[in-house]
Amino acid sequence: MSKEWPLWEVFIRSQHGLAHKHVGSLHASDAEMAVNNARDVYTRRNEGVSIWVVRAADIVASSPADKGALFEPANSKVYRHPTFFPMPEEVKNL
Amino acid sequence: MYAQLVETGLSKVQSIAEMGEEEQKFQARIDAGVKIEAKDWMPEAYRKTLIRQISQHAHSEIVGQLPEGNWVTRAPTLERKSILLAKIQDEAGHGLYLYSAAETLGVSRDDLLAALHSGKAKYSSIFNYPTLSWADMGAIGWLVDGSAIINQIPLCRCSYGPYARAMVRVCKEESFHARQGYDIMMSLAKGTPEQKAMAQDALNRWWWPSLMMFGPSDAESVNSAQSAQWRIKLFSNDELRQRMVDQTVPQAEYLGLTIPDPDLKFNAETGHYEFGEIDWSEFHNVLKGNGPCNSDRLRTRVKAYEGGQWFRDALGAYADKQAAKAQAA
Repeated sequence: MSKEWPLWEVFIRSQHGLAHKHVGSLHASDAEMAVNNARDVYTRRNEGVSIWVVRAADIVASSPADKGALFEPANSKVYRHPTFFPMPEEVKNL
Repeated sequence: MYAQLVETGLSKVQSIAEMGEEEQKFQARIDAGVKIEAKDWMPEAYRKTLIRQISQHAHSEIVGQLPEGNWVTRAPTLERKSILLAKIQDEAGHGLYLYSAAETLGVSRDDLLAALHSGKAKYSSIFNYPTLSWADMGAIGWLVDGSAIINQIPLCRCSYGPYARAMVRVCKEESFHARQGYDIMMSLAKGTPEQKAMAQDALNRWWWPSLMMFGPSDAESVNSAQSAQWRIKLFSNDELRQRMVDQTVPQAEYLGLTIPDPDLKFNAETGHYEFGEIDWSEFHNVLKGNGPCNSDRLRTRVKAYEGGQWFRDALGAYADKQAAKAQAA
């Protein structure tokens, strides 16, 4: 019985100047094959100028159960947004 | 529809009162239009139903390459051949996006393929019909991919994030498939009388199986009602089928071809076409494995998979060796 090839997550940069974005995943026996497969599966229509592949097993993700503890502290800090401070009509360039 | 008669394993739609606290929160998120992601809590029945639906969809994309592969070496021009190859390559890609989406639900790729190859998992009934002439490449793109688009566009808004995102990619590519098919039909319909007859023959053979793709009426189906509550099915089979007929009849008229249905007529009051009875015994028969090409399709798939085993093993062994070398260095 052969073992399943590892899963890789694929990130594509669509244009110079933009960040790589997660587009999906695929199976491949090694990194080189993962890049080749990503080319065929995710960039058949000029979607990318650069590909990153990362073993899915190597990604550390936050847990949905920790969502409250992780993200709630930001909820009460609305003053971090510029819209918190209304500016008078006649004051410009702010 | 690429996924037909998807079971939920439930005998009645779950009411709020029957749900536990977790499930009520889950349903509230779905009702609010929030996407469910892979690591979020979800009811076991939702997970299993999605695995069935997404994998059936993936298998359909993969098996769907076979009827078209039949014409690659006999395409009438090099351009048509290149287009057909690109379309078939897209189908492989669609299968891969969907297998990946299914895997986020905790099932392995090998298990999914084993279920297809053993005949346990279903794929769309439409791919068990033979492709007898070049015009079938036109009819499939126009009617089959056209129907697939109607089914898949709503799924871009379904509740499960990875499935919805895969559908967005698929839909973008699918309109190329439908258009290249209609383009073939236009060439044939404007060609010699023999070519036009070929186009009409393809329409005659693919029309009814295409309407069957959406599955039997599910107005009374518990599975469909539950899937609708989970927002993994957004319109009824009959609604989607009506949409397909309404948009396709004028396209056939443009081609000067006749839809093979003597009962077809436009109802000016409803603004919809009325169409004849569908032979559901044929549909159920194909689904049971007795269609014209069921055994041929599965045999071809299994042969390709088993024939490639030594190659996949070799690549795995090479990767292990390189990894061991890197470790030693």
